[in-house]
Amino acid sequence: MTPKISFRDVTKTFPMRTGEFTALARVSLDIADEEFVTVVGPSGCGKTTLLGMAAGLEEPTTGDVLVDGKPVTGPGPERGVIFQQYALFPWLTVRRNVEFGLKLQEIPAAQRKARVDHAIDLVGLTDFADALPKTLSGGMKQRCAIARAYAVDPAVLLMDEPFGALDALTRVQLQDQLLHTWSRERRTVLFITHDVDEAVYLARRVVVMAARPGRIHTVVDVDLPYPRTEELRLSTAFGRIRNEVWHSVYHQAA
Amino acid sequence: MSVVAVPEDVATSRGVVRRGGWRSGRMLVLNLVAVVVGFGVWALLSLIVGVQGLPGPVEVARRAGELVADGTLAGDVLASLTRVLVGFGLGTALAVPVGFLMGWYAVARGLLEPYIQFFRTIPPLAIIPLAIVLMGIGEVPKVFVIFLAAFLSSVVAAFQGVVDTDRTLINAARVLGASDRTIFVKVVVPASTPFILVGMRVGLGSAWGTLVAAELIAAQEGLGFRMQQAQLYYDLPTIFVGLITIGVLGLVMDRLLLLADRRLTAWQERR
Repeated sequence: MTPKISFRDVTKTFPMRTGEFTALARVSLDIADEEFVTVVGPSGCGKTTLLGMAAGLEEPTTGDVLVDGKPVTGPGPERGVIFQQYALFPWLTVRRNVEFGLKLQEIPAAQRKARVDHAIDLVGLTDFADALPKTLSGGMKQRCAIARAYAVDPAVLLMDEPFGALDALTRVQLQDQLLHTWSRERRTVLFITHDVDEAVYLARRVVVMAARPGRIHTVVDVDLPYPRTEELRLSTAFGRIRNEVWHSVYHQAA
Repeated sequence: MSVVAVPEDVATSRGVVRRGGWRSGRMLVLNLVAVVVGFGVWALLSLIVGVQGLPGPVEVARRAGELVADGTLAGDVLASLTRVLVGFGLGTALAVPVGFLMGWYAVARGLLEPYIQFFRTIPPLAIIPLAIVLMGIGEVPKVFVIFLAAFLSSVVAAFQGVVDTDRTLINAARVLGASDRTIFVKVVVPASTPFILVGMRVGLGSAWGTLVAAELIAAQEGLGFRMQQAQLYYDLPTIFVGLITIGVLGLVMDRLLLLADRRLTAWQERR
């Protein structure tokens, strides 16, 4: 079966005054359809570059990035992206933000409204549909951004440290909510984080990256059943995998 | 469904508004007190201390009444306002597309920026002698320098607005499938609005200042011209009426723009 997302021997370099900076060196990774993969690693390991290439916002210097077996040539609505800084349009209400992508696809108004309502309900923002982003808390802003990505019904969700700017409590709530949403409407998810707990809790596979040059260090299978629960988060099985990931993130052999 | 958190921000922002309302009420009282005290000091200086030739508030008010009654003031105000609004309107109308062009296309920026930066360093007033020689002493040179003053301050603002548009917002639109055109219309234009409005306020102030100076040099009517005439006849009350009218009109125009700003950019997070 063709993997949903496929990185094949991908290298990304940026020109610098003192020669070249290698952000990613020969990265190969396959992500299956409806799989939830997290990527964790120290800063400067090229996680965001990896996601940017899958989104079509950046191009690989050498190698191929394929989605559904076809090379990525630019951004597209079948790949939703969620940014750490929320990236909501501050002049639009929650509803209009969520509607933004649907309007671009010229979906008829009645159908558009139904899909917007559904997406807003999915993230529990129905009571704030007509609020401007400035009146929302960080967690609510990110839920709105998730609704905006879900509304266009993408097959792939690319999430770049989406909960990185939130407090620990809100983060845990949003992790549960994301998994809940994902279990109701499965997508292929590539989720970047610097939080080891988050990486293990969400994913079926955790990709641990190393820096200078950015590369894949190890891939850890998370052999835990969904739905993931608080109980599971506190279990020894979870702890074992978490420790394994922790060690490969913080004690990488040079 | 997960827990819906009570948005603390919503609750606190309401509190801020209420306190703000009370504060602005108190501010208004303080502002009024300042104005009354100011008039008092003025009256004191002219009547009791008797500064040589300085007219008091009563004298100025009487002169203002005369100028209103014979229609001179209305004529002057109309002449001056027309010049400012035409110059400012044209300047802003051209500045916004040019600024957008410079922000969006590197080629346009490379070609236009040297001229804009150069002319920005020349006070528009310094252009007046040249403008009069080239365009005569009619309306054209006056409107032209006002146009230039408004254009130069707004164009830089519009340009800066485009350049400062948050990269992530542009990317967010791109990944939702927006074309360059859509990104420009739906993201860059609204994101630049606050910058443009600030530029317009600066431009209006600059246009107003340029107008009066232009009228001082060459005009047959207008507030600046009236003051220039009054100076020849040592008519200080008229000069005062002119000054106060200029101040009040400038203030009113600025407040109107500020009001438009508040309405158009209510979505901004303000401190």
